[in-house]
Amino acid sequence: MNKPAMPNSFRTGPDEQGMFGIFGGRFVAETLMPLILDLEEQWNKAKTDPEFKAELQNLSTHYAGRPSKLYFAEGLTKHLGGAKVYFKREDLNHTGSHKINNCLGQILLAKRMGKKRIIAETGAGQHGVASATVAARFGYPCVVYMGATDVARQSPNVFRMKLLGAEVRPVTAGHGTLKDAMNEALRDWVTNVEDTYYLIGTAAGPHPYPELVRDFQSVIGSEARAQILEQEGRLPDVIIAAVGGGSNAIGLFHPFLDDKDVRIIGIEAGGRGLDGVEHCASMNAGKPGVLHGNRTYLLQNADGQILDGHSISAGLDYPGVGPEHSWLRDSGRVQYEPILDDEALEAFQLTTRVEGIIPALESAHAIAHAMKIVPKMDKDQLVIVNLSGRGDKDVHTVANMLGMEI
Amino acid sequence: MTTRIDRRMAKLKAEGRPALVTYIMGGDPDYDTSLSIMKALPASGSDVIELGMPFSDPMADGPAIQAAGLRALKGGQTLAKTLKMASDFRASDNDTPIVLMGYYNPIYIYGVDRFLADAKASGIDGLIVVDLPPEMDEELCIPALKAGVNFIRLATPTTDDKRLPKVLENTSGFVYYVSMTGITGSALADTAKVSAAVTRIKGHTALPVCVGFGVKTAEQARVIGASADGVVVGTAIVNAIANVLGPKGEKTADPAEAVATLVSGLAQGVRSARLAAAE
Repeated sequence: MNKPAMPNSFRTGPDEQGMFGIFGGRFVAETLMPLILDLEEQWNKAKTDPEFKAELQNLSTHYAGRPSKLYFAEGLTKHLGGAKVYFKREDLNHTGSHKINNCLGQILLAKRMGKKRIIAETGAGQHGVASATVAARFGYPCVVYMGATDVARQSPNVFRMKLLGAEVRPVTAGHGTLKDAMNEALRDWVTNVEDTYYLIGTAAGPHPYPELVRDFQSVIGSEARAQILEQEGRLPDVIIAAVGGGSNAIGLFHPFLDDKDVRIIGIEAGGRGLDGVEHCASMNAGKPGVLHGNRTYLLQNADGQILDGHSISAGLDYPGVGPEHSWLRDSGRVQYEPILDDEALEAFQLTTRVEGIIPALESAHAIAHAMKIVPKMDKDQLVIVNLSGRGDKDVHTVANMLGMEI
Repeated sequence: MTTRIDRRMAKLKAEGRPALVTYIMGGDPDYDTSLSIMKALPASGSDVIELGMPFSDPMADGPAIQAAGLRALKGGQTLAKTLKMASDFRASDNDTPIVLMGYYNPIYIYGVDRFLADAKASGIDGLIVVDLPPEMDEELCIPALKAGVNFIRLATPTTDDKRLPKVLENTSGFVYYVSMTGITGSALADTAKVSAAVTRIKGHTALPVCVGFGVKTAEQARVIGASADGVVVGTAIVNAIANVLGPKGEKTADPAEAVATLVSGLAQGVRSARLAAAE
């Protein structure tokens, strides 16, 4: 495939059709089209409305606890003996991950649009918890679709959602993971178009979701950029984030895309290795296709049937990726690398021991890549890793992997 | 350029009765059985055949058609085999229109140009691709029209008068009105509302309007057929197949016969719609 011409800026997408190059778009049933067009219109109004911005800003500060800290991970830096490692502490946000950034933005949109009911899909349960949280805060009934496999491996989050008043509907189709939950959420949406707002958790789906989720998550990168300039007086050499659907990653990356000296690395779930089918590295081992409203890299067979994939991390267990990542991959601006289950597990344990921080397994994938490259870098170089969420939800999975009972 | 769809719809209009459009999933539960079911459809009274292209993630379909797709995929069905089914059917029937229905990804992966050439050669007359709204017409709709294959668009209760012209713009063959906001196999909507919607759409187009989603019985086919130019039945047929399959997929009765019995009843329904409309 020919590489697209290098654009003047990597931050102008999507175009009016919702495309990032050949990726993105609006591949949805006609029933949903009027809603998506309405959402786009409302979003275009909201994003320039000072009142909307002020309300979101106020909630971000006083409810979610922003700005999140940019923390110099001294223990990990010493342990690795190379570049200085910083963590962007999204784990310290209310609900324990970056997901709240997007949920606060979208619930305000739902309110503007006069919707009466919230639906969401979730993998690890982090987005489900954040959705249930904002639904509770704003008084909406909330239904969360979650793959049955994920319900089993993320039981603490399932209970949190229930406490928050949400109904969790397990989805048994396929492997019972995020892809299947998203199918079921789309079926609910197409059935309840009049009153329901679909709060998509990642920077994927039909336009304008990839754009609006990115914009709500870009607070991560905007803060990190200002913080590193403040704390180190210069931009970082490398920034790293894990990519499932890719919302925490695009949120960190987007404000840095035109800083051409900043190397940007997205980490995909390598699962048990890219040789087989037990991974979720769609950009390393998949090819472009159309699913869930957008064209993007997908794990699929020769007949265009979508594969289920595998990751130790429920949040990365998705056979696709947000369309802007696919475009950034093909344009060469961002490099995407796989990290195996075992490597993530090792990073999870190391971070816990040397930093006293239990990272989410998703974030542990990004840390695992830092562990590979940091020792080879100079001591005066800077690396920012997005610590997208806290790992309390994963302790059962980790105990299981380590053969321990808790 | 007229297609088998145009000719068939014109003929039925002259007869003064609506079309019975029957949906089966290609390869459900296996290639040979599915082909025998398909071959029996015209004799049972089916006027147009919708042939489902199985997809792993059918986002607009209810449990029955999801299960049918999974049975077909498990039985080894691929897009190439679905095209072959059409061409095997054509060997003995050169008149009954065949419309392929499904999702875009398998077509995109097959390659749009190659797909259209092979579909045409296999005797396919039209396409219904659920996840390609008019906003994405450049992908397949325009190339299909150029290739002489009808692109049949879905109109839904959310398609208001402002949007309807955009939906109808590149539509050919017929317009498929989705009777409700929902997935396939849900309960039928208020038939008076459906009739009003059909009348509304006919105010914007000369194309025939067929109604689907939720039609399961001969009586429903009769009522819907009184105002629509065609009635689409899918889930009920797919269920008739599922009902003669045991827990391990073994056949407890002949699926082709089960489908033929159901379709004959539905055909009675659409034929009595003519009488009802004439009164």
